[in-house]
Amino acid sequence: MKTILYIIQKEFKQIFRNKGMLPIIFILPLLQLVILSNAATFEVKNIKFGYIDNDHTTTSRALVEQFNASTYFDMLTGFPSEALASSAMLKGKVDVVLEIPRYFERDLQKEKHNNLGVTINAIDGAAAGVENVYVTQIVQNFNQHLKVDLLQPSDKQIQPTKIDTIPLFWYNETLNYKTFMVPGILVLLVTMITLFLSGMNIVREKEIGTLEQINVTPIKKSQFIIGKLFPFWVVGMALLTIGLILAKLIFDVPMLGSLLLLYAYTSIYILVILGMGLFISNFTDTQQQAMFIAWFFVVIFILMSGLFTPIESMPKWAQIVTEFNPIKYFVEVIRMVMLKGSGFTDILPLALKTLAYAIVMNGLAVWSYKKTN
Amino acid sequence: MKRFIGFIKKEFFHIFRDRRSLFILFGMPIAQILLFGFAITNEINNVDIAILDHSKDATTKEIINKISASKYFTIKQMVVREADIASVFKKGQVKAVLNFEKDFSKNLIKDNKATVQIITDATDPNIANTISNYVNAILQKYQKELNKDITIAYQIIPETRMVYNPELKSVYMFVPGVMTIILMLVSAMMTSISITREKELGTMEILLVSPIKPFQVIIGKVFPYIFLSIINAVVIVMLSIFIFNMPVQGSLFLLGIESVLFIISALALGILISTISETQQTAMMISLMGLMLPVILLSGFIFPISSMPEPLQIISHIIPAKWFIIIIKGIMLKGVGIQFIWKETLILLVMTVFFIGLSVKKYKIRLE
Repeated sequence: MKTILYIIQKEFKQIFRNKGMLPIIFILPLLQLVILSNAATFEVKNIKFGYIDNDHTTTSRALVEQFNASTYFDMLTGFPSEALASSAMLKGKVDVVLEIPRYFERDLQKEKHNNLGVTINAIDGAAAGVENVYVTQIVQNFNQHLKVDLLQPSDKQIQPTKIDTIPLFWYNETLNYKTFMVPGILVLLVTMITLFLSGMNIVREKEIGTLEQINVTPIKKSQFIIGKLFPFWVVGMALLTIGLILAKLIFDVPMLGSLLLLYAYTSIYILVILGMGLFISNFTDTQQQAMFIAWFFVVIFILMSGLFTPIESMPKWAQIVTEFNPIKYFVEVIRMVMLKGSGFTDILPLALKTLAYAIVMNGLAVWSYKKTN
Repeated sequence: MKRFIGFIKKEFFHIFRDRRSLFILFGMPIAQILLFGFAITNEINNVDIAILDHSKDATTKEIINKISASKYFTIKQMVVREADIASVFKKGQVKAVLNFEKDFSKNLIKDNKATVQIITDATDPNIANTISNYVNAILQKYQKELNKDITIAYQIIPETRMVYNPELKSVYMFVPGVMTIILMLVSAMMTSISITREKELGTMEILLVSPIKPFQVIIGKVFPYIFLSIINAVVIVMLSIFIFNMPVQGSLFLLGIESVLFIISALALGILISTISETQQTAMMISLMGLMLPVILLSGFIFPISSMPEPLQIISHIIPAKWFIIIIKGIMLKGVGIQFIWKETLILLVMTVFFIGLSVKKYKIRLE
């Protein structure tokens, strides 16, 4: 026990002695939490909108006015010709172009229906889909007005059948992205810091040559590993704590569930990450290799965590891959506990999987660590 | 000059001798681009939902059938009581519950009006909103079928043309982004590590007392990585063309030149990082922690920059990756030439010069 305490003491000293590292461990992640949480939004707004009005009548102007009034569209520019509009789209100055044909009003009155040309820059397919919905909604609205304005007494109307839908957004009525993103980004930061630090730690001693010195001491394998990992476990928990405080103070993210439950889960989760870091450490010779491997996995974990893109839409094989993604579990748990107030039994299946993962990962790490070459 | 070539040779030897790193360097980007290209999409499909049907009549059955037939939804379970909805959400089993009111059919016939609630788990606002829109669209279509006898006066129908990506493939969005992240992080990380490594191992001293000039040391260090990164870029572009069928509408030559420019700017950033850090650990943490999330989140790779708050849009200007993503999308998908992207190119160029200038200024030829 005493030996472990000495190793822990040594590790803490090494962390706090490196003045260049301290801000990277504690300030950089929290700064990112505060700034980047604002960036992650899928809302589509401030759409760069342009129109070509070939008709120049009250109806066409009224239609353009509808777009102008909408909060989604911005920077309304009129283009005299299609060529100019498409060149603006190539330059990225405009993303949606509405083209009103000639004789738009006349034909509408005569034929009672008419077509409009809408061109959307669809490189971001999801955003293009949303933009299309907005355009359709505005035009439909306009149709309703037309009916009222142009309806003649002779056009008797039959009451159409209507199904009313009432959307209810539970747990987040205003669809605030920040309450969704802040816990997720906090998870990413805690994971990255603990994985990178633990991944580099032992391999650094190897590279500098000090590992040999430790190996010839009577320190046992288990003592050494516990002593090495414990400080990073503390760093991870500390980051989580500061992050949660910031989430409450700056973003007012609700904490509906039990804080104790969240901490209990996190303490298991960090073990998974530390085991992974140690495992990487054992299989590499230089810090460079260790970091590349850690980077490789972190990018995969981040992009396949369901934080930025939905897991359900991935192909089956990729969904199976995500089962091995610890970040996915933590993101789910932190959201369930903080935003929905899920209790112990709700998160039990996820917690058990994490626990199993922690045992396997640390088992592998201890097994692969050899005191002698 | 001969000395300099000798020095570059040494650097190449260093890299090629470390088989494992080399394997990682080339294997990882390929694995990532394949994985992400196939797996990541921001479409929303196969969402698990539950139904709470208070009326259980012919109409609700028909609507439920229509919903389960769509590719967007999988009906996972039926809920019996309203009180159960909360517990279903808390377990995270479904993302939405459709709640049909009592006497749905009857109301529809009697009052021409019936109500259904779309209750969504809005902890993920994006999915919640999309689900709500999709259900609405399905119901509206059904409504149209019910009303097909009534002709509606005055209809304007927008005819939408999706340009540059008519099939709305997510791959078009993600491949340029993944390529940028890989080039950025690999280049910046590699250079920053290789220079600090010499510092940490003490061999920098030997290089500094040698007759090679300091700037030659830096160029010699970076040169092999330019070479390796170009190979990486070529492999990624080939994968995106041949496996993901990404078009290259514009000039392949221009794409090559721009990629080299971006690689050099990332390498210059790496040099800058190495001049301000003493140990490999610090260098790596700066390039990993400092670059990874900002590059993913602020480059327009996943999240549209135009929707971000004003201050963040300004911050995004200093992310080189943002400009490179605009450039690649322009060349590959829109088929534009240099006259449309000269501004972005110029910004990248200025950034590169700035990084190089700053690191020359910070570069110490003496050890403390």
